[in-house]
Amino acid sequence: MVSLSPQNLPSADLTPAQLEQGTSLWRDAWHRLRRNKLALFGGIVVIGFTFTCVFAPWIFHLSYQDQNLDLGATPPSAKHWLGTDTLGRDLLARTLYGARISLMVGLVASLVALAIGVSYGAVAGYVGGKLDSVMMRIVDIMYALPFTIFVILLMVFLKDPMQAVDAWLGRFSLFGFHVFEGMQGVGKILLLFAAIGAVEWLTMARIVRGQILSIKKMEYIEAARSLGLSNRRIIFRHMVPNVLGPVIVYTSLTIPAVILLESFLSFLGLGVDAPMSSLGTLIKDGSEKMEEFWWLLVFPGGAFSLTLFSLNFLGDGLRDALDVRASKD
Amino acid sequence: MLRFIARRLLETIPVLFVILTATFFMIRFVPGGPFTAEKAVTPEVMRNLERAYDLDKPLWQQYTRYLRNVLLHGDLGPSFKYPNRTVNEIIAGKLPVSLELGAEALVLALVLGLTLGVLAAVKNNTWIDYVCSSAAMTGICLPTFVLGPLLVLLFAIHLGWVNASGWDGPADRILPCLTLGCVYAAYIARLTRGGMLEVLSQDYIRTARAKGASEVRVIFKHALRGGLLPVVSFLGPAIAGILTGSFVIETIFQIPGLGREFVNSAFNRDYTLVLGTVILYATLIIGLNLLVDVVQVWLNPKLKFE
Repeated sequence: MVSLSPQNLPSADLTPAQLEQGTSLWRDAWHRLRRNKLALFGGIVVIGFTFTCVFAPWIFHLSYQDQNLDLGATPPSAKHWLGTDTLGRDLLARTLYGARISLMVGLVASLVALAIGVSYGAVAGYVGGKLDSVMMRIVDIMYALPFTIFVILLMVFLKDPMQAVDAWLGRFSLFGFHVFEGMQGVGKILLLFAAIGAVEWLTMARIVRGQILSIKKMEYIEAARSLGLSNRRIIFRHMVPNVLGPVIVYTSLTIPAVILLESFLSFLGLGVDAPMSSLGTLIKDGSEKMEEFWWLLVFPGGAFSLTLFSLNFLGDGLRDALDVRASKD
Repeated sequence: MLRFIARRLLETIPVLFVILTATFFMIRFVPGGPFTAEKAVTPEVMRNLERAYDLDKPLWQQYTRYLRNVLLHGDLGPSFKYPNRTVNEIIAGKLPVSLELGAEALVLALVLGLTLGVLAAVKNNTWIDYVCSSAAMTGICLPTFVLGPLLVLLFAIHLGWVNASGWDGPADRILPCLTLGCVYAAYIARLTRGGMLEVLSQDYIRTARAKGASEVRVIFKHALRGGLLPVVSFLGPAIAGILTGSFVIETIFQIPGLGREFVNSAFNRDYTLVLGTVILYATLIIGLNLLVDVVQVWLNPKLKFE
């Protein structure tokens, strides 16, 4: 047994001020995350890639829709780093713009799932009793449903109403300005957000409910109560931070799942429409022309896999760092 | 156990009923019908078409009639887009192909995933573990619609070993099953590795070793049963994923299965075919999930049928 002399304590090299402050859950997590090389690599790639995608128009000065039919499809060159597609459009620009759409869909649909899942799970867990068992039974049943099929149906059957939304957006003017000009296809993307978000909230609801249930019974909550803390302070100071960890972890793992589902739909021809494209659309186009022009498949596919890879590693790393034990499925 | 199964089966009935009803009305309430895409037809022809398919009746009447046909006769009605063919015929023709593809992919995923996972766990923290684990992570991040075309590019177009598409000989099965099974093999490998590592560190394994059981016996007789639990609970989602995943696989490899038919029927608004396939897929997935649950309790003495 090692004696606990001050030298052996992990905090021995901290200044008194730091000692007094103690270490928070978040600082602990950050330390653990920093030691996980793969997660760190994932995080750097995600941030770098997102940054590049968002600022692509200013960094590369390339257009994703400028056609050059005389040029046609060319392999990677000094001018077009990733080559051009059959219409002579720069593939690098198209990949970055596609990734932009994919990342945006991933983020927003995950937030939709987050909002639904957290409120549903929190209500079930907090209220408890009969309501809880009914609500969770519904979740159990919905788990068994073939949801991909419903997303496909939604995307097919709500396409026309969404085009009407697009048309309305095109005509909409505020004080004479067409504020939504050039945002055609937005209706379909909104539909994607809603459809995917409505599918992905189930696990989040389960996790949040479980977390709330177990926290409600913890001794420290009782201790806080007996110390005379107000309900508000208990909720915000003790409950919210403890639910936050799993929620962050699960959201970070939902994003790649959503991106995958969106690309799956795009591959079937149900995702975003031309001239916009997501990575899934690009992969679909590439796979149709790969016999002659391999780069049209390989680069968007590579970008897609790299994105998934980094997001998954980052999510796994966050899970280990925040010590969340809830299962992923 | 029988009571457990019976109760779960009873629960399935309202679920399937809700799915049928929701799908039925969802399809009908959106604009555009199965005949709108066709060349302009005279109002007369349109009326006849609608009368032939009962589309001129009030919606609730169509619904009750459909429900009665499905429940009493198992009759899913005539297809709107394939003249003179019933949905039952179409499904009977296409489902075996999809089921074969799915079953072969699942077997491949299990064999590949379990092997890699057990290897990685037994040789924990050696280069074998790292190779197996990275292979699994790569598999997870290479979705079917990237992997499939890449495999075709390499093995069919460049090397010419197999056909790029089709579903005739046994060789045509290789690429589709590999593509579909790979992702699930990767997940299974990861779950097996995790489960095995946890089990291998437990006391009863140490006891078995202390008794002098051979390493092979320890792994396959004692550890694998417990290590498999996470894999079994993953099989439910995996089966659902393989069934819906075949939509893309059948499109890539041009396989005449039900998955491609379903996507086409949704595009064509072939009401009855869409409904029939949704009901079929839902029944399949719910049924297989029930089977997985039973196996899970049977494997794990700590769980009980309740």
